[in-house]
Amino acid sequence: MLYRENGQFKSSYRADQQIFPILQDRVAILALLVFAFVAMPFASEYWLRAIVTPFLILSLAALGLNILVGYCGQISLGTGAFMAVGAYAAYNFHVRIDGMPLLASLLLGGLCATAVGVLFGIPSLRIKGLYLAVATLAAQFFTDWAFLRIPFFTNNSTSGSVSVAGLQVFGLPVETPAQKYLLCLTLVVVFALLAKNLTRSAIGREWMAMRDMDVAAAVIGIRPVYAKLTAFAVSSFIVGVAGALWGFIHLGAWEPAAFSIDRSFQLLFMVIIGGLGSIMGSFFGAAFIVLLPIFLNQMPGWFGLSISTALASHLEFMIFGALIVFFLIVEPHGLARLWSTFKEKLRLWPFPH
Amino acid sequence: MGFFLETLLGGLMVGMLYSLIALGFVLIYKASGVFNFAQGAMVLFAALAMARFSEWIPHWLGFESLLLANLLAFIAAMAVMVLVAWLIERLALSKLVNQEHITLLMATLGITYFLDGLGQTLFGNDIYKIDVGMPKDPVILLESTFEGGVLVSKEDMIAALVAAALVLVLSLFFQKTSTGRALRAVADDHQAAQSIGIPLNRIWVIVWSVAGFAALVAGIIWGSKLGVQFSLSLVALKALPVVILGGLTSVPGAIIGGLLIGVGEKLSEIYLGPLLGGGIEIWFAYVLALVFLLVRPQGLFGEKIIDRV
Repeated sequence: MLYRENGQFKSSYRADQQIFPILQDRVAILALLVFAFVAMPFASEYWLRAIVTPFLILSLAALGLNILVGYCGQISLGTGAFMAVGAYAAYNFHVRIDGMPLLASLLLGGLCATAVGVLFGIPSLRIKGLYLAVATLAAQFFTDWAFLRIPFFTNNSTSGSVSVAGLQVFGLPVETPAQKYLLCLTLVVVFALLAKNLTRSAIGREWMAMRDMDVAAAVIGIRPVYAKLTAFAVSSFIVGVAGALWGFIHLGAWEPAAFSIDRSFQLLFMVIIGGLGSIMGSFFGAAFIVLLPIFLNQMPGWFGLSISTALASHLEFMIFGALIVFFLIVEPHGLARLWSTFKEKLRLWPFPH
Repeated sequence: MGFFLETLLGGLMVGMLYSLIALGFVLIYKASGVFNFAQGAMVLFAALAMARFSEWIPHWLGFESLLLANLLAFIAAMAVMVLVAWLIERLALSKLVNQEHITLLMATLGITYFLDGLGQTLFGNDIYKIDVGMPKDPVILLESTFEGGVLVSKEDMIAALVAAALVLVLSLFFQKTSTGRALRAVADDHQAAQSIGIPLNRIWVIVWSVAGFAALVAGIIWGSKLGVQFSLSLVALKALPVVILGGLTSVPGAIIGGLLIGVGEKLSEIYLGPLLGGGIEIWFAYVLALVFLLVRPQGLFGEKIIDRV
């Protein structure tokens, strides 16, 4: 009754093709954005620092990965590597060039990740499926090694870890959790919008055709080289920017272990649990994976149980693993599918006819 | 020359151990089309079970003999692995029939996490040792041919022999027994196998148990070399390039891929490492496999991938 498109007539192509065709959706998204930009920065520092900002950055990375895996169908286990490239490249631009604006170094970091992503994407033209997944591990282990062993990348830092301080954007400082949060939020919103529009455009449809059946796509005139490599490029650009944000904004000081293979798996989990081929799903998946460990940590306290930290971390592993299997069995299309089912139901509610 | 041979032999030994883990991957992929990421976790789990049972069982039953303890622990650990196989089939895989490859891959990743957590909850998270009485002292071969001879660890030689024996037993099992034939039939075509009365579920339990057996043997050998600890499940990641280099569907491929990767890794570390700053062992295998796949996308012995529209 509340949520349906009855009476909302489209009188132009623009209106017909907008991202959210239903008025209620637009209002809800607008309200969410207003809440995120206006009310959220006043949340407690712990929330902003430990939950919301990591969630935003990881959603951005998951979004990037989703373009590659969900839209173009190329499985990648090397996402951590592209994040690392983004972070370290941005760091080098930031440190080596005086007066480099923060946003410029973040974006340049993303561009470097793009270059590396395309390089490691070239094998995808010949290798497919699981073989490709394992091949992308090469990127992961190679960058792990490179950032640990080659002193140039860490600006000859003796400890192997790098750090940034005194960040500012257009003269505004990015110091407090609220300011960091707002910077991340702005970038995430911009990239999500861009990504959504890309996937609705011709190139997005080429990616999806490639995913559904690459031979058939090639037969109808889609160039596999172009489609696959652009997917790798766009995906690793977004992932690279997310990596740079993760290093600069969330961690402040980091070493290659921050972008290890566990990060790659974590992002892949987000994409699968959130929903393959869905922008919204990336956010759901990130929220799920970020909140779950916190929830699992808190839970014994609520029941008045106290368990040792070692046991807690093992139990967390078990529950995490079991939940992933459970989710895959119950809803292999992810949380995004649950969400759209919910919306379909809502359209008829409360009168089923 | 002696040094080169030593490196080469060292590479072959390590390679044999990689093949042991890779075998588990190939067995499961062949029979069920699941790329089993959990093989590494299974190796850790089996090794943990073995290490702890060999400690506990003499304690429970009150005897001293090391041989008997190891034997009983092996049986107990094998029983645990069969149970794990059965549970995985029952609770996860049978519900995921006909899902896409990536979903199954993710499911095995979930199983990996679960097994890592479960193993350490049940068996503890210290470093344990497995003592199956393997000799630790090295021997020197070919002393007459080269100056100084070639130094080989006896432990490695035994490990390689065990691995070779395991491969032999597995290929006999696959070729000669009726269960092996059924497994190969399932690998060829699920539906056809089912239609002539081969029970898929039971076959899958058997395959996962056999993979569990391979994991147990690998776990014992790795465990007695390095000690049983969490990092054991990371060693198993090295088996991934081995599998794709050899071809996902080929048992001989896993063996030869393992040997190639083992040798390549050691030789590159010695002769190429100093030029690049050392430690290249961690990525060399992957890059080798990647470059190789560019030439032969299905690996050395994999079935040719034919695209049909």
